[in-house]
Amino acid sequence: MARRLPLLLVAGLVGLAAVVLLPLLSHSLVTLLSLVLAKGIVVLGIIVLLQAGQVSFGHAMFFAAGAYAVAFYGRYVGTGDILLYLVFGAVSGGVLGLVVGLFVVRYREIFFGMLNLAFSMVLWSLLEKMFHYTNGADGIRVARPTIAGMSFTPEGFSYVLLYLSFAIALAALFAVQRYLDSPLGHMLRAIKSNETRLEYLGVSARRVLLAGYVISAVLGGIGGSLVAAIQQIATPEFAYWTKSGEFVFIAILGGAGHALGAFAGAAVFEFVRFYASAQLADAWQMILGGVLIAIILLAPAGLIGFIGRRDRAARSG
Amino acid sequence: MNLSIAVLAALDGVSYAALVFLVSVGLSLIFGVMRIVNVAHGSLYAYGAYAAATIGIAVAPISPWLTYPGLLLAAIGIGVVIGGLLERFLLRLVYGKDEALQLLITFAVFMILDNLQRLIWGVQPIFAAVPLQLLPNITVLGVGYTSYQTLLLPGVAILTLVGLRYFLRHTLSGAVILAVTEDREAATAVGIDPQRVFLTTFILGAILSALGGALASPTTSLLPGIGTDMIVLSFAVAATAGLGQIEGAAVAAVMIGLARAFAIYTYPEFEVLMPYLIMVLVLLLRPQGLFGAARVRRI
Repeated sequence: MARRLPLLLVAGLVGLAAVVLLPLLSHSLVTLLSLVLAKGIVVLGIIVLLQAGQVSFGHAMFFAAGAYAVAFYGRYVGTGDILLYLVFGAVSGGVLGLVVGLFVVRYREIFFGMLNLAFSMVLWSLLEKMFHYTNGADGIRVARPTIAGMSFTPEGFSYVLLYLSFAIALAALFAVQRYLDSPLGHMLRAIKSNETRLEYLGVSARRVLLAGYVISAVLGGIGGSLVAAIQQIATPEFAYWTKSGEFVFIAILGGAGHALGAFAGAAVFEFVRFYASAQLADAWQMILGGVLIAIILLAPAGLIGFIGRRDRAARSG
Repeated sequence: MNLSIAVLAALDGVSYAALVFLVSVGLSLIFGVMRIVNVAHGSLYAYGAYAAATIGIAVAPISPWLTYPGLLLAAIGIGVVIGGLLERFLLRLVYGKDEALQLLITFAVFMILDNLQRLIWGVQPIFAAVPLQLLPNITVLGVGYTSYQTLLLPGVAILTLVGLRYFLRHTLSGAVILAVTEDREAATAVGIDPQRVFLTTFILGAILSALGGALASPTTSLLPGIGTDMIVLSFAVAATAGLGQIEGAAVAAVMIGLARAFAIYTYPEFEVLMPYLIMVLVLLLRPQGLFGAARVRRI
C-alpha cells in the first residue's frame, strides 16, 4: 500500500488539475472529460476481471443496464436526481451481474468470453426490438436530472457533473485498489496464476470470481448511468458487442496491470477519438485501430506500463 | 401458421443457414487450428460481398452470366489478399502472446477494415441482384421462391462441407493441418512447418467467409454494418456447434437459421434474439458446444 500511495496521490492531483484547468481552455472539454471519467469507471471493472485472467467480451450489458435504468426512470416516473440515478445504475448493474455471474463464473477463458458475449447480445436484441418499451434503435432521451435536489443551467450542469464524475472516479479507483490489495483481491489474482492451487487451499474459485464479477458489473452500471446523464440518451448501441470491445480496448491501451490504467486509457482513447474525428472525420476509427495494434506489439503492458517501468528504475537506481 | 407460411419460413431459414454456415465454418476452422478467435472475420464477409457487387456491376453490361465467376473471383481474391496479408504480417507477430491480446489485435483489424470499407464503398446501400434474377423461380409445395436461394446457396454449402471433409481427411495438406491441430510440437518434430499451415488455414477460412459474403450480395442490399452483425452471428453458430467442429457448424447453422426464420413469421420481435438465445442455452448446458468434446481439466 505504501508503495502505491504516491502514485495514486500523484494521479489524483494530475486528475484534479486536468478537471479544473482544462475546461478553461475550451468548454467542449467539459463533456469530454466527464466521458473519460465515466468510461474509466466501466473499464476499471474490466481490469478487475483481467486480474483473474478473464476477458469479458460482453461487459457492455452492465453499461447498458445502468444507462437504461436511468432512462426508464425518466420515462415512467419523471425526472430524478443524479444521485438517485447513480444508485439505480449500481443496483441494476449489480443485480444483473449477480444473475449472469452465477452462470458465467463456472467457465474460463474463451468460454467465459463467449458466454458474456451471448448474454450481452441477448440484452442488445431485447433493447432493439422491444420497441414499445425502449423506442428501439432510437433509444430513450434522458432529461437533465437535478443534482442533490438543485437544478442547474445546461452549462452549470455540465460542470457540476464533471466534478461529480471526478469524485466518483476517485472513490471507485480507491475502492478497487483496496479490493485488489485485500485477501479477496489476491485470491482473484490467483485464479489467473494457479486456480487449482487456490482450490487446494479450500477456497471456492467460483465464489471469488463471482465477487469480482459483481464488483465489475456494479462499476459498469455506475459508468452507464453517468454516461446516460452526460450524453442525455440511452441507445441499444450501449449493449452492442463493439461497445464491449471498446472497453477491453481501453483496458489494454491503458494497461491492465494497474487500476490507474483505466483512466489513462480512457483519456487517450476519448481524446484521440475527439480530435481525430474533428480533423479526419472519415478515418478516426482507423487511427484508433492503428494505435491499438501499435500498443499490443510495442507496449503490451499499456500506457501505465511506462510509468511503472520508470518507477521501478528510479527505485533500483 | 398455415402450410405455405411454414414452407416459406423453412426456405428462408435454409438459404440463410447456408450463408451463415460458410462464414462460421471458416471461423471455426481458424479457431480449431490456430486457437485465435478472429473478430475481423465478419469484415471479410463484408468485403467479399462488396467486392462481388463491384465486379458484378462492372461485368454485367458485357454479359450478366459473367457475374457468377465474379462471385467466386471476389471470394478468392479477398480471402487470399486480405487473409494472407493479415496472417503473414500481423497475426504472426502475436502467436504465443496472451489470448486477450490475440483477440484484441483482430478487433483492431476489424476497426480498420470497417472504416476502410466505408471509405471505399460509401454508406449508401448497394444493390447487385443480377445473379439472383438470372436464375428462374421455382415452386416448392405451392410457394414460389428463387432457385438461387433454394438450390444454389444450399448446394454450395453442402459442396463446401463435403469438400472440407474430404480435404481434411483424405489429402496430405489436410492431414498436415489436422496434425498441427492435434499436437503442434509433435508435428514440428516430424518436419511440418506450422507457420505454413497457419497461413494456409487462415487464407482458407478467409475465403470461406468472403464466399459467404459474395453469395449473400445478390440477396440483400449492402450496407455498412453487415460484417459487424455477421461476426457475432457466425460466432453464435460456431460456439453452439463447438468451436472447431465442421459438421457441427452445419447442424447449428440450420438450427439457428430455421429458428430465426420461423421467429420472423410468428414473433418478429424475437428474430434477432433467437440466435443468441440458442447460444446462451447451449453454452449453459454444454459449454463445449453441441458437438465439441469436453475438455478434461488439467491439474
